Amino acid sequence: MASSIRVRAIANGGITEVQTLIQHPMDSGFIKDENGQFIPAHFIQELTFEHDGRKVFVADWGTAVAKDPYVKFSFKGGNKGDDLKVGWIDNQGTTDTTTVKIQ
Amino acid sequence: MSNLRESLSVTRRLILEGAASIALVGLGAISFPIPTALAAANDRYPEAAFKQKDFNEAIKLLYGRIAEQADKIKLDAPEIAENGAVVPVSVTTTLDDVTSISFVVPENPNPLAAYYRLPPGTMPSVANRLKMAKTSNVIAIVEAGGKLYSTSREVKVTIGGCGG
Repeated sequence: MASSIRVRAIANGGITEVQTLIQHPMDSGFIKDENGQFIPAHFIQELTFEHDGRKVFVADWGTAVAKDPYVKFSFKGGNKGDDLKVGWIDNQGTTDTTTVKIQ
Repeated sequence: MSNLRESLSVTRRLILEGAASIALVGLGAISFPIPTALAAANDRYPEAAFKQKDFNEAIKLLYGRIAEQADKIKLDAPEIAENGAVVPVSVTTTLDDVTSISFVVPENPNPLAAYYRLPPGTMPSVANRLKMAKTSNVIAIVEAGGKLYSTSREVKVTIGGCGG
């Protein structure tokens, strides 16, 4: 299965900029379907980025992060060709991880 | 790398425990949620803060205190969001020693939207996209040097992103 995670990490001037897009419904639990039934909450709770064996960014999310979440951050360090490991877990226990090369 | 973070966590825990014992003395052993507050300090997912319906309570659960206003935080959000389901919001700050950034939308059913933990070496700048149920302030909270700072901006929402 294709990864739900798309990451672009670009090293420039000693700083790596990371942009991530994840395919996920991020259902809040507050919205009803066409039959008037609430769609159960289904959302990513934690998204983690690791470079060189240490966490560089941890996102804790609630139900108010938009569907197919996008997040952008930067960290000092990171070289072209380095691995960046990305993983998430949602409130139903589903997980996904991917590893990309810094460009 | 984690010495600073740990010491900050320890500080935060001490503050929380201090607050808890005051609460216990003052109110009797009512409902100060020590385990959840500790959960945030221990870098676990702060579930209770995310479930809280009152934004001030959510901030207290997450950080153990209230933020002070700061002009060193730049919060970017649209003045008018036609679609509350996708509202681009970003924050950047010139404050030093930033350890976390969070976004709070007081008018949402669960006001705490996102909490970002920034280890040393990570830049104090985050962009993301939030859902907004209706017109509301968006509050950005920056934890820097063990203190809590915030700024806010109103976003007018024409079509809510949480309704149904």
